[in-house]
Amino acid sequence: MRFNRDSALAVALVSPSILAVAIFVYGFIAWSARVSLSAWKGLLPDYTWAGLSNYAGLLADPRFHIDVRNTLLFTTLFVGGCLVLGLGLAILLDQGLRGEGFFRTIFLFPMAISFIVTGVVWRWLMNPAQGSRLSGLNLLFDNLGLDFLINSWHTTRDWGIAAIAIPAIWQMSGYTMALYLGGLRAIPDEVREAARVDGASELQVYWHIILPLLRPITLSAMVILGHISLKVFDLIVAVAGKQLPLDVPAIYMWTTTFDGNFYGRGAAIGMMLLLSVAALVIPYLIYTTRNEAQL
Amino acid sequence: MNMSRGRYWLYIPLFLMTLFYLVPMFIMLNTSFKSFSEVSLQTMWNLPSGLHFDNFKEAYTKLAPHLWNSIKLVIPASLISAMLGSINGFVLAKWKFRGSDVIFPLILFGMFIPYQSVLIPLVQFMRSIDLYGGLPGLILTHVIYGLPITTLTFRNYYAGVPTELIEAARIDGAGLLRTYWDILLPLSIPSFVVVLIWQFTAAWNDFLFAVVLTSPENWPITVALNNMAGSQIIAWNVQMAGAFLAAVPTLLVYLFLGRYFLRGLLAGALKG
Repeated sequence: MRFNRDSALAVALVSPSILAVAIFVYGFIAWSARVSLSAWKGLLPDYTWAGLSNYAGLLADPRFHIDVRNTLLFTTLFVGGCLVLGLGLAILLDQGLRGEGFFRTIFLFPMAISFIVTGVVWRWLMNPAQGSRLSGLNLLFDNLGLDFLINSWHTTRDWGIAAIAIPAIWQMSGYTMALYLGGLRAIPDEVREAARVDGASELQVYWHIILPLLRPITLSAMVILGHISLKVFDLIVAVAGKQLPLDVPAIYMWTTTFDGNFYGRGAAIGMMLLLSVAALVIPYLIYTTRNEAQL
Repeated sequence: MNMSRGRYWLYIPLFLMTLFYLVPMFIMLNTSFKSFSEVSLQTMWNLPSGLHFDNFKEAYTKLAPHLWNSIKLVIPASLISAMLGSINGFVLAKWKFRGSDVIFPLILFGMFIPYQSVLIPLVQFMRSIDLYGGLPGLILTHVIYGLPITTLTFRNYYAGVPTELIEAARIDGAGLLRTYWDILLPLSIPSFVVVLIWQFTAAWNDFLFAVVLTSPENWPITVALNNMAGSQIIAWNVQMAGAFLAAVPTLLVYLFLGRYFLRGLLAGALKG
């Protein structure tokens, strides 16, 4: 009797949250999908059916091509950079050196600050001015005699987006390090010892034993970093404002919707972002919840 | 063996990487403490002649109202979403009902969605219930989109609490609320710290929701700072001081509660 009443209470306690998520996540996604199929262009909502024309428009749109290319390039550099740097730092910190806690704190602190703060600071570090107006990192390179490193950062023709990956890696590689360090700590010492007894060199131990054991962590990190990368917005805006060479879908969505009032197209960009994130995250969610069920 | 002499070279890459992570911090503070007369971009790497607070004063006058907006935003946003997450986590871990195993991953997915896919309806909806432009609408938004992560953290934590404990309480005649209040809630203080830090950081650092949903007088610090950085009138040294002011609260939380901060970070990626 009491049990039944409590079951009803349990449902009652979670239903506001479930309802809120149902509306704000799934309801709004459906609503966005509807807008993306409409001809809404202007301040007032207009749900005139337009079929897939907004999507077709995007696929034929040179600006969207720039966005896709920039996103792919940025994602490759950002995810790759974070994985390599994070793994390298985690392995270094796993050697039992003195001062590990200090280094870990330093490597991870950028995670605590916003992309906007990061962007504002890196905007001045990556100042592209040349000649006598040299400043930021370029000036530092010049003073250190590393002139060959002087470059025009995010204003480099065609490759500017690659420079944006630097502050992004600065901000997120510590997180990847923390993930890997957790994974390394979970590997029992006996595993390494056994390999060493068998005559494996330290490098072989890492390559053949440790790295394969860290694969699930790499997968998690790729999914998390990948979905952050697809959504990148604040960082670019803070470093460089909204410029066409550095355009990405999230910025295009923003300008076309809220500056240009082209709601139909904005919603279509939002839906395409959602589809690409879903393609990345849903298999991962299924994979992890299935593993959990097996436990 | 681990600390044999040959391994000291490992400190070389560690120190080089320390420089990489600290250079932006250094340049931010170095610039902030200079006087207005010594802030030329070409002397960016020179140390300040002394500790000057001109930049901070200037930045603070411009940003103070927005710092307050951020504080007024993050406190309710993190408290409410932590409370709701705790109740949800408790029910989903220990008081399962029909369909609860389907609902959980559905809630979880909300954590990953690109908010661009809900932005247009969100603005329309907030307009229709008259919460557009102000802080309450932004708080509501942070609470709701924070539910997936807070629910996940608490559910994973409560899943580790032995079911016998709940059974024993039930035999003693405790109902659901009493069990939650007397047994689970006191046990979950560490989880509350984790979740509160996570939500505090997320809401403080958010830009997208704030820039879409608030009008200029209600801008939180991130939007105000970005606006300052985009303007040609405000000097870069003041921007640096402003960036530091915007970063201080979350940096302090990180420095003093780093352990919990890390746990919150990992909660999103690994299971409890």
